[in-house]
Formats: sequence, structure tokens, C-alpha cells
Amino acid sequence: MAEYSTPTTEQEFQLNFAQLKPHMNRTEALYESSRCLFCFDAPCIKACPSGIDIPQFIRQINSGNDTGAARTIYEANYFGNACGKVCPTEVLCEGACVYNLQDVKPIEIGRLQSYATTKVIESGKKLFGPGAPNGKSVAVIGAGPSGISAACELRALGYEVDVFEAKAQPSGLTVYGVAPYKITNEETLAEMAYLQAQFGYNVHFNSPINSREELAELESKYDAIFLGIGLGKTNDLGLPGEDKINCTGAVEFIAELRQHHHQVAVGQKVIVLGGGNTAMDAASESARLGAENVVLAYRRGKEEMGAYDFEYDLAKGVGVKGLFNVAPVEIMGNGYVAGVKFIRTETKEGKVSEIAGSEFVEPCDMVIKATGQAKQTNFLSLIPGLKVDGKGRIVADAHTGQTTNPQYFASGDAWNGGAEVVNAAAEAKLTARGIHAYLSK
Amino acid sequence: MTDKKIKMPDLSINFAGIKSPNPFWLASAPPTNSGYQIMKAFDAGWGGAVWKTLGVPVVNVSSRYGGVNYRDKRLVGFNNIELISDRPLADNLREIEEVKKRFPNHAVIASLMVQTRQEWHDIVRQSQDAGADGFELNFGCPHGMCERGMGSAVGQEPKVLQMIVEWVMEVATKPVIVKLTPNISDITEPAMAARRGGADAISLINTIQSIVGVDLDKFAPYPIVDGKGTNGGYCGPAVKPIALNMVKNCAQHPDVRLPISGIGGIENWRDAVEHILLGASSVQVCTAAMHFGFGIIREMTSGLEQYMVDKGFNTIYDFVGKALPNVLHWEDLNMKYKVTANIHEDKCIGCQLCYTACEDGAHQAIKLNAGTRVPEIIEENCVGCNLCSLVCPVEDCITMDRTDDGTEHLTWKQRTEAGTAPTEFNDERAGGRHHWVPEPAAALGKERHKTLPGKARILNGETEVPATA
Repeated sequence: MAEYSTPTTEQEFQLNFAQLKPHMNRTEALYESSRCLFCFDAPCIKACPSGIDIPQFIRQINSGNDTGAARTIYEANYFGNACGKVCPTEVLCEGACVYNLQDVKPIEIGRLQSYATTKVIESGKKLFGPGAPNGKSVAVIGAGPSGISAACELRALGYEVDVFEAKAQPSGLTVYGVAPYKITNEETLAEMAYLQAQFGYNVHFNSPINSREELAELESKYDAIFLGIGLGKTNDLGLPGEDKINCTGAVEFIAELRQHHHQVAVGQKVIVLGGGNTAMDAASESARLGAENVVLAYRRGKEEMGAYDFEYDLAKGVGVKGLFNVAPVEIMGNGYVAGVKFIRTETKEGKVSEIAGSEFVEPCDMVIKATGQAKQTNFLSLIPGLKVDGKGRIVADAHTGQTTNPQYFASGDAWNGGAEVVNAAAEAKLTARGIHAYLSK
Repeated sequence: MTDKKIKMPDLSINFAGIKSPNPFWLASAPPTNSGYQIMKAFDAGWGGAVWKTLGVPVVNVSSRYGGVNYRDKRLVGFNNIELISDRPLADNLREIEEVKKRFPNHAVIASLMVQTRQEWHDIVRQSQDAGADGFELNFGCPHGMCERGMGSAVGQEPKVLQMIVEWVMEVATKPVIVKLTPNISDITEPAMAARRGGADAISLINTIQSIVGVDLDKFAPYPIVDGKGTNGGYCGPAVKPIALNMVKNCAQHPDVRLPISGIGGIENWRDAVEHILLGASSVQVCTAAMHFGFGIIREMTSGLEQYMVDKGFNTIYDFVGKALPNVLHWEDLNMKYKVTANIHEDKCIGCQLCYTACEDGAHQAIKLNAGTRVPEIIEENCVGCNLCSLVCPVEDCITMDRTDDGTEHLTWKQRTEAGTAPTEFNDERAGGRHHWVPEPAAALGKERHKTLPGKARILNGETEVPATA
């Protein structure tokens, strides 16, 4: 019997995917905010990529100024609620909390942040508005964390902003890629609606920009173009049998899951390939969808996994088993996935090598590849003069986000190679100011 | 089983002739409104109770209490605008009799407040007939009753107070305690008036005139009665320091010399011991019982007992007033004594509250060093004020260690007498004359990058902003 039974209704899905950081009520927020020491030059602020003035907003919550707390948060980071819920706070703000050094539970900063922001979102209270129109306009490609953050900041600076999004909903991986137990679709979209109502940018959904002609039109119509395009599909592994039915990419699997919940079917025995945070998510999600066995297969040792310890603990906690030092050789099966042929590996002096003759087949009926997302290099090659680095990342000025084509600016995964929502939100703010500095010349 | 038992200390007291199995009494207040409550309290372990003040029954308003919360802590301070008993005297007296029958060894004290000599005589007689072990004259209530010339209106007029005590002594056959109001500049004056009037003991403090808060939406003070409010009487943990000082003043005064029942901010054994060490020989509790119920008595007696065992005290009287010899006037303190802050690095969690407290609130004697969150004491600047150790959230992380050699002793009084105290505005002997103080302008912008984080830094142009492009 699996840890979780397969959810067949939305209600059962919600139980299996209960929020890891549920919202606080006023009493809990009061108690938790009371514990904050109000450190001088607080380490939590330094640990936050968006530099939110955390002791300040906690103090505001504590003194009953929840609206002011939300303002403090949003002034630094437009994805205030999203970051409160999906940030790896254990290794960021909460990991830096001085209480850790006293073996006292750190302040639940993420949940307090969501408490304040959710409250203001629910009230619809006006905190921000567009700046006085400056007559200039910017096109934003991608309505993910970087695109929407840039749109907000640019509107505040007085620009007309049109956001072009290939998908039907805003917030990018926040609604298509984050594990469902970290944030709900409803709250994600509520924050997006709140921001759009505050700042008044236009979003064109189902409007992918794919061709040179479309780009040329943007170039002539807008003063600057912001690239918040993120990453692409899951990398192909180039293995025989990769096209078998029930062999899927983690990003695609999670996007389905976020949109269709319990209607997504999972195998009885699932093998997840990879050792990063997305692999942990895919493994946890498979288990919560009722898979009998979930195996996390990684080509190196346990200690070398890229995933945060707490993410691996989370996966282990729902019954996921680790299989280390194995590299996939072939996806087995006759039409449908029936197993993965692995070869054992060893790590010597940091290098992974396969052990000849150690092949074995691990049977399964589903394979999820969490082996990284491809860069959108084909698309980027349509932009004249735009350079990417050896890893396919956009080359841009560290302070302004300006690319090697001066009309184009970038932030987020397409620039940083793939990081957290908070990184994209923080970068986009700076880049928006970079655009402003460029267009104000 | 052997007969070898730890000899437990004797908690019983004889307070000015009122006997009680332990020194913990419920103060005259809502918890002592009825025989039901007092029996319940005695059943729970309380040693005595001062009945809710008897007199001509009052009519109360609805909405009577207000609280002061500190962060997540409820009722750090508390106030009330409730008056004396609103129950007919006969009901109260009948219940006093019932309680005394059931609990003959517990102390039942009748708190009284009336106006005329005749009323005082009548109510004292009737109360002692009902079996009260003693009286407490309520000269303290600072709201409502004082508007009618009673309560604190009496406590603030030593002559009136003395006269009423004299009236009471004319008929009282049981010990008389006078309850004093703290709403006065020198508490020893009414205390001496009580003594002159012939009282057997004093109790203090009654509540302090207060407004505990103002409703920010209704623009009215708490507690709100139909949109309006009035000052109340303040009590609870927050008033303990005021009570302790007044208990000490009465206990040290050579002309008071009366047993003291200590009241004010007592909610655990520690608070009670502090009152006792400063001269109280019984203690009274109200707010804590109103907050947590009568059950708190178990912690109080067990804590007191353990303290007495640890210290080798057999009776309460072994330590009544034991701290009094160490409470001096400022001018008699040794100015040669010197402590210096010491941060124990292994315990420091790097919150830097000590740094900012000393930097902004004291003497700029702590500095920060690059590469570590652990602040460093600048010993030559440290005046030994304790502030850093008080704000430090970690137990024993900052200690104040003695740095003088303990051989010298010099007080302000001695300096004054010897003519070595500063007397002129720019005296060479000014204490801070050679103490380093930073230049005023060094303050400007010093910590803006640390105290204005996030967006504020960007807006102020104090962090990386797009410079190129």
C-alpha cells in the first residue's frame, strides 16, 4: 500500500497536496511576529535576493499595520506572496535567522510574508499605481516572475507596458512549474490580478513571439524589449527508447499536474531521473498521486545532488527511494515504458565513470526526466547582435540587464540559467531601472 | 519507608495577629466577590482572602476592565473601573460566616469603605460579628469612589485617614490593616498617619490611576462605556516595580514600623519573594488570579517552599526585609565599583542588538568588525551601564564583569564632603570629562546602508543602481 492513495476528486487531491506553508491567521501572525528580535543589519535581509526589509515588515505586522507590511514587501519584491510560499526560505532568509544559532526555531518569515501580502490582495487595497506617463513604451516577452516584475516596475516609472505571453495564464513557473503543495493556482493568479489592477499593464495571453517578423514589429513599436522568456522544454537525454509512452519531462509533467490536478495519471512504479530540486518535486508529486513505488535515480552520490537537503527530506518523507550512482542507458519497453536500463557509476576525483558490465534493468511503468530545461537558443538567435554564453545564457550587464543588442534587456532564468522566483523578481526590478536609465539618456 | 524526611519550611504567618497557613492572600477585588469564590480559592491552597470591599452597595457600569498587551503577551498591565461590592452587606456577611465555619484556620479579612463615623462603627461591628479575622480599610481605590470622598480621596489626606482609623479603632477588636494608595508623592506620609491612628498594619499598593489605552477608531479610552471612558486603577505585572519601591519606602522608614502586606504585580513565587525581601510579611494577589485562575497558587507555594529549602530559611520571617540593608540612597553607592561588558563569543548569535543599543542608546562602546557578526566591546568606552546585557536575547551571553580590584570605596556623599565633587558647569571633575564621545558629524550617514535595507537603499541611491547603460 502506497503512502498516498490515488486522488480521484479535487478534495482528495487537496488532501494529498496540502500546503506546506499554510496561511497564518492573525493570532498566529501575532505570536510569530512577536518572536522577531529586530536584529541590527539583519542577516535575513542580506540572505534575501530581493532584499526585503524583513524585520521592518515583521514589526509592522506585530504592531497591527498589515497593510504597511505588505507595502514593505512589495516595494522590494512584486511576487510577495508567491515568494513567501515558494522560496527555499530554509536556505535563504529563515536559514540566516540568528535563532538557528541558538537551536531555536527560526522565524517563519515566508509565512508571515504571505500573511501580510494575502491580506492586502484579498482587500484589494490600493498600494501602488502607475507613474506619470513618460510617453515611452516597453514590450515584455513572457509573463513569468521576471516579466511581470519588470512590467510593474516599468509602469511605476511611467512606461506603457505590453506583456506577450505564450500560455493562457500569468506568473510562469509559479503556476506551471512549482509543486502544488507549495502554492495554489488560485492564490498565484490572485496576486497576478492584484498587481495588474495596481499597475495597469496589458497582458496578451496565448501570444507567443516566435518569428523574426514578430520581433521586428516589436522593435519598431516599442522603445525597449524585455526578455523574460525563461527556459524551454526538458532536455532530451538522447537515450534509446526516450520516445516511449509514459516517458515524460518533469517540467511538462508538473505543468499538467498544476493545471489538471487529480486528472493526471501516474504509473504504479515511477522512476525519476535527476538529482535537482525539480527531480525532488516530481518524485514527491508522483508519490502524492498514489504511485506505489517512486525511485529517484541519480548518476552521482547522494551528497552530490543539487537539490536542497530539505527538498530531499520532503521526498523521502513521502516514501521516495533514492538510487544513487546509476546512469540511464536505455528506456525499455514495447510501446509503453516497462523499465530503465541503468549502468552503475563511480565518482573518482570528481569525475563520474561507468562501471563496465554493471548494467541492470529497473522495471517501472513511468519515467520522469528531471534533467534540466533546454535554453531557448533558437529563439534568441532571431535577435540581431544578441549574444549568449557557452551555456546558452543571455549575456547582459550585471547592473542593468542590458543585452548586447541595446534595445533588449533580460532577467530571470534565461539570463541566470535557472534560479528561484525570487531571483527573477529581484533581477527584473534592477533591469527595469536599467531600461529607465537607458531610455532617460 | 523510613522516617527520614526532608524538613519542609513553615509557610505559615501571623500577620499583625491574623493567622494564615501561608502568606498568599487574595486581594480585595473581583476574585473575592463571594463566598463561593473564596471557598474555591482556599480549596485550591490560598492562605487568606481580603473580601471585596464592603460598604453601601454600588451600581457598576458594563465594560469594566482594560488591558495592556506587550507583543503577544496579554495583560502585562490591567486596569479596572469597577467599584466596591455591589452586593447587599447582609449577603456578604452571611457568606463570611459560612467561609469561616468551613475554613477556621484561613484568614478572612473584611475590606471596608464607608463614610460617616457611625457607618464605620456599624460595619466594623457587623463584620467582626460575622467572624472576620481582621479588617482592611480601603483608602486606595482611585476611580469612582474617590469622586464620592472615599477610597484614594482619603488615602491622599493623611489627617482624614488618621481620623477614620481612629474611628475604626474605637470599636475594632480584630487587627486593622490600612490599604494605601500609590497616587501620592510620598507613600510614607499616609503610612505614618495610619500608625498614628493606631492601625496594626498597612497594605500596599492599591491601583494606580491610569488610562491603559485609547481606541484608535473610537477615539475613546479603554474600557469604553457607550463611547466614553474614565481613568481606572492600574495593576498587573507592570506595576510591580512601583509597588516594590513603595513597600521598601515604608519598610525602611523609622517611623512607620508596621507589618506590611505587599501588593502589586505578584504572579509567581519570585515576585512574592521580592516583596518579602523588601519588607512584606504577607502578599496579596489579584490580577494573576483574574488572568489564570486560582490554580496559580500551586506554583507560588511550591516555588516559595523550594526557595526556602535552598536558602535554609525555616519561616517566612527568616527573610522578611532581608534585602533592605542593601537598598541605599544613590549618594551612598560605591563610585569606585566598576563593571565592564564581556561578550561570550561562543554564545553570541550575531543579532547585534547590543551594538545598536550601545551605539544609539548608550555610550558607543561596542564596535563591529568585518567578517564576523559578533560585536566587540571597546573596554575603555564601556561605562558598565548593563544595557547590552539587558537587550541580549541569549542567556549569559553578555556578562558584566567586575574590573576594579575591590579595594577602593568612595561615595558621592564622601566626595561632596571632601569637596571633590564637580560644582561648576564646566568643572574639570565632570564624570564624562575625559570620556570619549564621537564627533557629532560622524553620525551622518554612518549606518544608512544597514538601517535602510532593500528598496529604501535603492531609492536613496545608496546601493547599486543602474549607473551605466
